[in-house]
Amino acid sequence: MLLGGGVALAFLWAPEDGDQGISQRIFYIHVPVALTAYACFGWGAWKALRHLWTREERYDLESYTAIHQGTIFGLLTLVTGSIWARASWGVWWTWGERQLVLFLILFLFYSAYFMLRYSVDEGPGRANLSAVYALFGVALIPVSFLAIRLAEGFIHPTVFTRDGPQMTGTMFTAFLVCLAGVLALAAALYTNELTGKRLDGRLRELRELLS
Amino acid sequence: MRYLADAAALARKDLLLELRGRETLPSMLLFVIAMLVAFRFALTDEGAEAADGLLWVAIVFTALLGLGRAFVAEREQGLLDGLVLAPCDRSAIWLGKLLATLAFLVAAEVIALPAFALFFDSLLDGGTLLAVLLADIGICAVGTLLAAMAVAGRARELLLPLLFLPLAIPIVVGGVGATVAADPGRYLGFLALYDIIFAILAWGTFEYVVTE
Repeated sequence: MLLGGGVALAFLWAPEDGDQGISQRIFYIHVPVALTAYACFGWGAWKALRHLWTREERYDLESYTAIHQGTIFGLLTLVTGSIWARASWGVWWTWGERQLVLFLILFLFYSAYFMLRYSVDEGPGRANLSAVYALFGVALIPVSFLAIRLAEGFIHPTVFTRDGPQMTGTMFTAFLVCLAGVLALAAALYTNELTGKRLDGRLRELRELLS
Repeated sequence: MRYLADAAALARKDLLLELRGRETLPSMLLFVIAMLVAFRFALTDEGAEAADGLLWVAIVFTALLGLGRAFVAEREQGLLDGLVLAPCDRSAIWLGKLLATLAFLVAAEVIALPAFALFFDSLLDGGTLLAVLLADIGICAVGTLLAAMAVAGRARELLLPLLFLPLAIPIVVGGVGATVAADPGRYLGFLALYDIIFAILAWGTFEYVVTE
């Protein structure tokens, strides 16, 4: 609902960007999705920390679900960012866009997280490994960001400025509504997946009891 | 002090094993030299500037080769459980393994870096050497922890590079920057920052990797 309203606001209400025209409107999806992905990764790492602290099993599942959501939103960021880059600069991919490069690295990192999880047998050992790797992920985010900025010293990209003109009031409101919408969507997906996974685990336990 | 003595004893054990078996270091050396030769033919004359970057690819892959072997002896003989039960801090296992792999990597580079300078006709300055040393510390600190993770999985030879390479990208950035930039100061600082952050993280979490 909130997301639908946000999209409507973004298209109908917010004034068109002078330079970029209609393509600028993807901003209202791209940036909230990116922020939501960060939030999911952070949430996953927080749950991982809680798991290592308390050794409670449920935190492992929560951490996994959050990172799963984060990876989906991260992929979405890459796709929308790529479309935006195509629309405004005529290329599908540019190494000059820091956020996109960062999301590519993060996407590789969190894909490895799933490989790790699927190659280790279920149990407390796997929960610990996943939690430690998730913690490495949040440390990697700022370090990679710094690395990408430093890399610009010798890769020499063409520098694009993202938002030349500052956002006007209506643009900002539309942006906030979109952000709230995407966050709400992520939270809903997160609880949904978590309930499903818990039900699944419970079902398996019952089945083992029966057999 | 006890802590350091434990770590030193564990590192000494690995070095002794290597001295008797001679498995890891010769393969690392051969691998890195063969890779440099292959790189020379991968570059056209115009691309010769890219050699500085390739040096860093060679270092990361050589380290991966060594790290893949790091916990093999422990796994084959079920030693890791014994080490975990030993009356020492678990992170001392990490530190000992880090020191041993660092020794292998540095030993391989003592041959590989002059070979690089010879093959590619490039002069390695002090900034580059310092960057290599800082990068080695970071690679071994992160790599030792990930190697311990990877041996727990089924596809362990496949898993380690997947886990390691995304984390190695900042090291490559810092290293290449320090090699090509006129003023390598901030790249060296970045490598040192990377070492500190990830060494503390790995030191703090290693216990959870080897215990259940």
